[in-house]
Amino acid sequence: MPEFELPNPVRPAFGAERDGEVVVNIGPSHPATHGTIQVIAALDGEKVRRVDVHCGYLHRGFEKECEDHTWTNLIPYVDRLNYCSGLINDFAYCEAVETLMGIEITPRCKYLRTLLSEYSRIADHLTCIAASLMELGAMTAFLYLVMIRDYVYEHLAALTGARVTYTYGRIGGLARDLPDGWLTRLDEILIQYEDFIGRIHGLMDRNRIFIDRTRNVGVITPEDAVSYGFTGPILRSAGVPRDLRKDVPYLAYAELDFEVPVGINGDNYDRYYVRMREMDESIRMIRQLMDRLPPGPINVDDRRCVLPEKQLVYSEIESLINHFKLIMEGPQVPAGEVYTAHEAPNGELGFYLVSTGGGSPYKMHVRSPSFVHMGGVHRMLEGYQLADVVPTFGSVNMIGGECDR
Amino acid sequence: MTAPTLDLLRQRLGSAAGDATFAGGTFVLVIDPAALPGVVTQLKTEFGFDLLLDVTAVDWPGQAPRFEVVYHFYSTSHFGRARIKTRVPEAGPVVDSLTSLYGSAHFMERECHEMYGIDFRGNKDLRPILLYEGFVGHPLRKDYPKTQEQPLVPYRTEGA
Repeated sequence: MPEFELPNPVRPAFGAERDGEVVVNIGPSHPATHGTIQVIAALDGEKVRRVDVHCGYLHRGFEKECEDHTWTNLIPYVDRLNYCSGLINDFAYCEAVETLMGIEITPRCKYLRTLLSEYSRIADHLTCIAASLMELGAMTAFLYLVMIRDYVYEHLAALTGARVTYTYGRIGGLARDLPDGWLTRLDEILIQYEDFIGRIHGLMDRNRIFIDRTRNVGVITPEDAVSYGFTGPILRSAGVPRDLRKDVPYLAYAELDFEVPVGINGDNYDRYYVRMREMDESIRMIRQLMDRLPPGPINVDDRRCVLPEKQLVYSEIESLINHFKLIMEGPQVPAGEVYTAHEAPNGELGFYLVSTGGGSPYKMHVRSPSFVHMGGVHRMLEGYQLADVVPTFGSVNMIGGECDR
Repeated sequence: MTAPTLDLLRQRLGSAAGDATFAGGTFVLVIDPAALPGVVTQLKTEFGFDLLLDVTAVDWPGQAPRFEVVYHFYSTSHFGRARIKTRVPEAGPVVDSLTSLYGSAHFMERECHEMYGIDFRGNKDLRPILLYEGFVGHPLRKDYPKTQEQPLVPYRTEGA
């Protein structure tokens, strides 16, 4: 026994059960925990016997706060859920509100949202792969990937004005249309992406060290994955070809030609490879969308949610009042409830909204993939080495913002 | 979800357990708390709703029973969605836990427990998850003011 011990701020589910078993804390403040999460592990030598995962260190009362703001004011908040792909959160939330209001978005908006969702997915997967490779010591791969991600961020900043938290979605449309030359630059970035991703494949795919660290490590069976509510790349890495974009197509996905990559083993290597392949499919989709992007307005013509033109606000009383009401009271959303789910980079991102009719939600609940994944991640950690906790955790891509809300 | 599945769902679950509607692509069923384990078992085994997506609650102060516990299910075989709602009173907000059917229920019920004070009978691990040990109250209840302050956690010292 040590001379003194600091009492743990959380109550672990277990203590050392027998001689030789050691209980250690990993996190909450640890470079490999991607934000703040605590893993309490009972070790037998180097082997992890039991794991108790604690999240909540980034809890900021998101759902409570949402009940106190207008529907429009929530858009910047949802950006901060999964801060690696803020646009997908924006679009999923906006679609949920639009469903409640019975609004159908314009074709151009639909295509742009799809394109930007896929673009965000690439940025998110790049972040995840880069971080998990770096944790295995692959610094070059990390720098290549983050370089491309930075091109994407800068490019999105040219469109939205922000690198990470975009606030680009609007109820009934988007904040603004594409600036001149945006698609040309997009084309350049896609070509650069292919160049760099080729180098990553060359560096990693058949790398002995990488394979030894990831093959048959952190295995999740399809049965466990479904039982623990896993979705997204983790579920697909276990060989279950489920993808909302394919199964229940939303936005413009029904019109696109793409494949759903799946793994075989459900181990860390499969998760790496599934993400790499998904990015390729996203590139394919973006190219199709660029060719088919229809002209026309990006916002619906509906005074219940879309702000009138500035020129009109300053020149006629109806638009002035309309603008005032929308800003001060928020869009009036009819009473009802809705659950809208999008395929976010990590899995199913769902918004459950309850409205009693009025300018702000009565209840707002986020079904965040990361939180659900934390409920089952112990299945992927138990039975492996302590050193495997870090790569496995990296391959799950836990995002504190959406996990803890 | 295909039409025959939906009809079958209505037939088998609707009349026996409670109100069944079909709204926005989701099969919605309002049932008694007592019927929950039976209905969910049926949903899982007979209708293939194998993914428990979400557990949450809605607080309706002034209504009796006050809390509405909401479950969302998804099927990985026919891609249907189901929402089960059940009402529990303020005096005894107890529903049966679904942890024996779905592993994902563990964490989601814990969250619902700390946010709304719903007790999930059979879930042995209802420790705080997003909040901390010693948090007073249930923050997502409507009678919990947003500006409410919590008692200070005692400063941790060496050897304490």
